[in-house]
Amino acid sequence: MAEIRLKSLRHSYLPSPKAAEDYALKEINLAWDDGGAYALLGPSGCGKTTLLNIISGLLTPSEGRILFDDTDVTDLPPDQRNIAQVFQFPVIYDTMTVYDNLAFPLRNRGVDEAQVDARVREIAVMLELEDSLRTRASHLTPDSKQKISMGRGLVRDDVNVIMFDEPLTVIDPELKWKLRSKLKELHQKIAVTMIYVTHDQTEALTFADQVVVMQDGEIVQIGTPVELFERPQHTFVGHFIGSPGMNILPCEVAQNAAWFHGCNIPLEGPIKSKDGRTEIGVRPEFVIMDDNGCIPGTVRKAADIGRHAVVEVMVGNTQVSAITDGPVPERGDDVYLRFDPEQTRLYTDGWIATERALP
Amino acid sequence: MKTENQRGWLFVLPVLLLVAFNALIPLMTVVNYSVQETFGNNQFFWHGLGWFEDILRSERFHAALGRQLFFTFTILAIEIPLGVIIALAMPRKGFWVPVCLVLMALPMLIPWNVVGSMWNIFTLPEIGLLGYFLNDVLGVNYDMTQQPVAAWITIIVMDVWHWTSLVVLLAYAGLVSIPDAYYQAAKIDGASNWSVFRYIQLPKMKRVLTIAILLRFMDSFNIYTEPFTLTGGGPGNSTTLLSIDLVKIALGQFDLGPAAAMSLIYFAITLAVSWLFYTLMTKDEQ
Repeated sequence: MAEIRLKSLRHSYLPSPKAAEDYALKEINLAWDDGGAYALLGPSGCGKTTLLNIISGLLTPSEGRILFDDTDVTDLPPDQRNIAQVFQFPVIYDTMTVYDNLAFPLRNRGVDEAQVDARVREIAVMLELEDSLRTRASHLTPDSKQKISMGRGLVRDDVNVIMFDEPLTVIDPELKWKLRSKLKELHQKIAVTMIYVTHDQTEALTFADQVVVMQDGEIVQIGTPVELFERPQHTFVGHFIGSPGMNILPCEVAQNAAWFHGCNIPLEGPIKSKDGRTEIGVRPEFVIMDDNGCIPGTVRKAADIGRHAVVEVMVGNTQVSAITDGPVPERGDDVYLRFDPEQTRLYTDGWIATERALP
Repeated sequence: MKTENQRGWLFVLPVLLLVAFNALIPLMTVVNYSVQETFGNNQFFWHGLGWFEDILRSERFHAALGRQLFFTFTILAIEIPLGVIIALAMPRKGFWVPVCLVLMALPMLIPWNVVGSMWNIFTLPEIGLLGYFLNDVLGVNYDMTQQPVAAWITIIVMDVWHWTSLVVLLAYAGLVSIPDAYYQAAKIDGASNWSVFRYIQLPKMKRVLTIAILLRFMDSFNIYTEPFTLTGGGPGNSTTLLSIDLVKIALGQFDLGPAAAMSLIYFAITLAVSWLFYTLMTKDEQ
């Protein structure tokens, strides 16, 4: 078990990278606390798998160091780092039984058989695999296979970190939920650091205590699920997390206030910077449709999704999504919008530019 | 009432006719000859299973079958491991992949009788490059036209040269289909190179290797052209394999009955071994 620190990591798949675009990872500084549950969230190609492979040692970074506690492991091969990794597609040793699969990492390290047996049985019970220990692993369903890959990580009691690379991709939707709660339960039981890579916000937000959001090889924001949802540091985070994502509305800034379609939009607090492209960010949950609203719009689409309705309103050429519990307007209705000032922020060039007013 | 669409048969019919004319009917002619005796003049008499008995008891057949089995198992024992080793050593990515693949495919593109002639000339003591080198440079007395051992070494080396590529290409196809994640997981699990081979690469190659062994078994068991052009079955009868012996009986001596009976026994052995092997190899997949 260890604290994992990444220092000025950069990685490029090209032999001699020059421009910033040549890097798959651009300058990553990060510390993962011992025993935490982390998620790395971002769209495909943002560098999250690259980062994971660097931590596990499958890739050597072009620049920067990786520290486990105070030991520099940058040049160590994967088997000497005491890490475990679960891949997108279940990796099992086809010709072995479930038991031998679980015992494999221990036997490779020369652990004696009595201890192997005890460990394998313990993990099998934890993963509810105890009934199929004698079965050939190739005969199992994808979710059981994925459990075995997890088991091979859990079976070693000296692992520093277990990493999951989109492990639920090939699992049926109803089993996904089960496996995910199993994982959460395991984490609480054994308290080993876990890093979970995904592009699925639900998976990330339900699994992790801390979510690291990445885009184009950079970390955009690190925070708890609530922080990411409530106060995105970047419009990308706002847009990527939430369903539908945050409304990002181009606006003008004059006399220290934001203006959208001729209306003064009250913000959460004072504006820190107003240079560059200015946008208002407000989540659909905090868009209010009533007669006190200033912004005129036309309903383009309204979808009742059960507990609430998602309404798409066109304000000029800009689309604003709103979530409402009240009466659902019809398509073509004229409505007036206003935003909850507490939850309305200004972004310049994508980054947050308002300060929260002190209560 | 549900009417079955029978039009599908029309599509199968041409193939059926083709197979009938190039395989079934000739085979039936062989069956026909195998149970008859002829004294010329196109006169045939019923002989029952007499020819089969004769062949199965004949020492000449036993000797040829023994040589055939020895040849087949020797080349399988060399070509399969060698093919796997070469496939493991081949690059998986980059510029050298197509180069290696083309080089590997080259021997298989050469017509079989050309391969035989090539190796014949190559190993002749006076004029062949290898023959001259062995005899006059290294001083080894090597002449496949005179020495049975030299003849055997030459046909086995020739077959290995000609056909190991097939095993290489099949094994390579099996290897490249293994996702990277398997190797990465094995690295993390601390597996040795031997374990990676034993538990990842070999199981993933099992299917293609089954096919490779089957193809090599059938081809080498029925081999004719290359050893015939190389040694003609000699010196003496030392490299007379089953097919060479069969042609001698059928076309040399024109003993149609025994030759027909022998072909059917020959065919039955090939079929039985292939079936047995395939069934055993795929048994635990059900």
